[in-house]
Amino acid sequence: MLEHSDPSTLKHVGHSPERQEATAKLTGDAVYTSDMTLPGMLHAQIKKSPHASAIIRGIDLSRAEKLPGVRAILTGADLDYRLGLYVVDKDILAKGKVRHYGEAVVAVAADTLAIAREAVELIDVDYEVTPAVLNHMDAIKEGAPLVHPDLGSYATIPEVFSPQGGTNIANLSKCRKGDIDKGFKEAEWIVEREYTNPSVQHVPMETHVAIVEWKTGDEITIWTSAQSPFTVRGLFCYTFKLPLTKVRVIIPHVGGGFGGKAGIHMEPLVACLSRKAGGRPVKFQATREEEFSLLPCRSALTYKIKTGVRADGRICAQKMEMYWDAGAYADYAVNVTRASGYSAAGPYEIPNAWLDAYTVYTNKPYGTAYRGFGHVEFFWGLERHMELVAQTIGMDPLAFRRLNLLRPGSLTLTGEKITEHTGDIRKCLDSVAAGIHYGELTAAEQARELQTGLKIGKGLATLHKAPAMPPFTATAVIMKMNSDGTVLVNVGLTEIGQGSTTAFAQIAAERLGFPLDKVTVTVEKDTDRDPYDWQTVASKGLMLTGNALILACDDLLKNAYEVAGQALRAQPCDLEHDGGRIYIKHNHDKSVSFSQLSVGYCYPDGNAIGGPLIGVGRYVAQGLTNLDKATGQGLPALDWTYGAHGIIVEVNPASGEFHLLKICSAYDVGKAINPDMVRGQCIGGMIQGLGTALCEGYIYDEQGHLLNPSFTDNKIPTARDIPDEIECIIVETPQLDGPFGARGVGEHPMIAVAPALGNAIRDAVGAELTHMPIRAEDVWRAMGRKEPVETWITRTPTGSCRSVLL
Amino acid sequence: MKIKLTINGASYEKDVAENRTLLRFLREDLGLTGTKEGCGAGECGACTVILDGRTVNACMVLAAEVDGASVKTIEGEARDGKLSDIQQAFDRHHAVQCGFCSSGMVLSVRELIERNPRPSVGEIKQGLEGNFCRCTGYTQIIEAVLDVTGQIDRKGEMTHA
Repeated sequence: MLEHSDPSTLKHVGHSPERQEATAKLTGDAVYTSDMTLPGMLHAQIKKSPHASAIIRGIDLSRAEKLPGVRAILTGADLDYRLGLYVVDKDILAKGKVRHYGEAVVAVAADTLAIAREAVELIDVDYEVTPAVLNHMDAIKEGAPLVHPDLGSYATIPEVFSPQGGTNIANLSKCRKGDIDKGFKEAEWIVEREYTNPSVQHVPMETHVAIVEWKTGDEITIWTSAQSPFTVRGLFCYTFKLPLTKVRVIIPHVGGGFGGKAGIHMEPLVACLSRKAGGRPVKFQATREEEFSLLPCRSALTYKIKTGVRADGRICAQKMEMYWDAGAYADYAVNVTRASGYSAAGPYEIPNAWLDAYTVYTNKPYGTAYRGFGHVEFFWGLERHMELVAQTIGMDPLAFRRLNLLRPGSLTLTGEKITEHTGDIRKCLDSVAAGIHYGELTAAEQARELQTGLKIGKGLATLHKAPAMPPFTATAVIMKMNSDGTVLVNVGLTEIGQGSTTAFAQIAAERLGFPLDKVTVTVEKDTDRDPYDWQTVASKGLMLTGNALILACDDLLKNAYEVAGQALRAQPCDLEHDGGRIYIKHNHDKSVSFSQLSVGYCYPDGNAIGGPLIGVGRYVAQGLTNLDKATGQGLPALDWTYGAHGIIVEVNPASGEFHLLKICSAYDVGKAINPDMVRGQCIGGMIQGLGTALCEGYIYDEQGHLLNPSFTDNKIPTARDIPDEIECIIVETPQLDGPFGARGVGEHPMIAVAPALGNAIRDAVGAELTHMPIRAEDVWRAMGRKEPVETWITRTPTGSCRSVLL
Repeated sequence: MKIKLTINGASYEKDVAENRTLLRFLREDLGLTGTKEGCGAGECGACTVILDGRTVNACMVLAAEVDGASVKTIEGEARDGKLSDIQQAFDRHHAVQCGFCSSGMVLSVRELIERNPRPSVGEIKQGLEGNFCRCTGYTQIIEAVLDVTGQIDRKGEMTHA
């Protein structure tokens, strides 16, 4: 797809036109699911578990049922449907027991929200609290309470996932490369440490919301704030054993996703309420508090890394153990485990590698996909560890990284060979090192230190990620020409703010040779109208849908040329076109306009040929394979996007307070389709990564109650929290099979911000941090210890980001 | 109770319950859904509207309290089918991604620059700290404000390595 990417000829790709749907969003005209009201619509509310683990002894609905305006009440006993993306382990409503704080126990639909709320208050649930397992490292111990005693009998995808029945292990992914024992024998040094991070919340500004009507004859329509209409439809129909034609999923504007709206969430429960209420549409919108515990979060991680290094500084062996805290249900966590497993060494060449990655059930709100899909979490440990190894062997961390980075000819953990087209990680790293004057303090910085008494430090971190997706991931595009010669493009990929709508319009205009204002890509998704797309996740949309789009453009033009050839009495090879017409190459005066061709070319006598012009493009990921379950070997990566961050931080050596003076980030995006929008992704993702690094994280008490499900107690970055200076650099090593050479960068900016900060803080004041988030008090404590430590916060009973012991 | 108020220059007279918030009044009773709910607790700023010249979180104000007041919502920002100067600057600088915070953000900028026609970067950050944005990382929003107040004349850019 690269053959037409000569930058000097590009009119749309590589330029930065404004966002297609910006006007609607800036005026309040854009309709989100949360804005919608349907005739006769009921409002749903949910009674949630106040316990982490308990048996439901009884539910008294009698008072709620008598409340006027209540139209449907459901408990787990009414519903015999189980959901699950990869391990089918979750009842739509808790049946017999609850497995986490905030789990849905009873659902009510009523005429108004106020009545539904009152009904929930009137419901009494009798619980018998049972022992909970709250820390994933405790959950793998012999004799730990089992979150799912029936795990061995659950449906799964056995070619890919390995649930261990009779344990709390929802999946174990392995990777074996080379000979780990031999590798460690070659090592001059062996460096080992453990790194941890808590669960965090995605915080889309629009909370999860769904409206469903389940009409007679199982005619079902779902309006939802989901990322992936076809996955919602597919999993919904799997659960209810319905043909796909019975269910229509419509997705209007979506107020942010970040992975939290991938898969399927509240839609089945809301649908059951509608069915119970006689087919009236039912709306459920999560409160912000429910967003934290009824809906899923990002998994916590404990990552143990042991690295062997030769005398020359080359890594010769690395043993990695990942323990992912799934929470009560496997959802995406098992696939996060798989995808992180094959990526866990970062963009470094490890000749002998051994990895076991566990997904562990605990009695906590469950983990799902979150921008970066595991990489934000494990890169915290990995890039702090690379820093530690460099320190230990007495090498400059930049030089150590450069020496060990993947290069053309290197083999990844899964045995994939890197080529010069994969991307240029060295250029990314060198660019950010230059961007922060790494390895020295400038004269101005030295003067500032003297003046303020504060210490300035600089840190680096690399990152990489490939789309985490099935090897057969597919998509399609349908392009329809209107009778005025404009085109309407239908794609199944959802616009959740990432800007794909605009990028696709640019790609289509470029390939068609049309002005940009002649191309419209629809924003609203509708499974009855749009062609299939697997999911809006994984940073794969630009590449896969972009390629399908190019093929659709070619198809539309081919169809137009055929009709034009007849109309002009010429062979298609003698034709050319511009934005408005097709003409004969050697006689430009002989032409036919696209509007004349658009719905069938008509001769003066009324006779017509052709018919409406439509272009279809289909694309499926090429050349990928499942991973061998015993060795993890195979080809999982559609592409690799590389990047790096450099951070300059100023730390108060007395208090541990710190401030980011600058962050410089670089990514090899292949080709920036819309550089301003790439910059928007880079900065937005980086600040989201900074939230993870600085302040976000779930805090539980010892009974497993979530203590901070609000913006008061779970801060996210505001405008005042951004670094003083932000520099974004793009590297463009074309992706051979990417549209105009492009590859995805949606998730990547969030990855490895935290370790770059941790490394910069260490450089400034010597604090060795192994747990994120990094708060001033953590720096202060780590400065006092001066040695690599298991910090106090990693030892809390619940794996939280705050101790309840001190 | 009966309230009378002006919204975006138009007069309204409505019966509202005493516990109706301004946010629900706007969205559900009047259909002005441009004002968004992000938290319902006065923390995120998605429901920012301008009440008698000052920004408020509409989720923290009762409709009963705005009797006799003048309210401006995002629906009153564009005029005669044309984006306002602030909206145009947001568009030009790619200061919108998912768009869910944009309504409140634009109105906070409107109030800020009416108080302070040439705010410094620090003053812009302070002026917008009550409006959460999870997508943009704020930088392109700050650039849009600098542009609309005549303090920069070009877009922030990526560097090519």
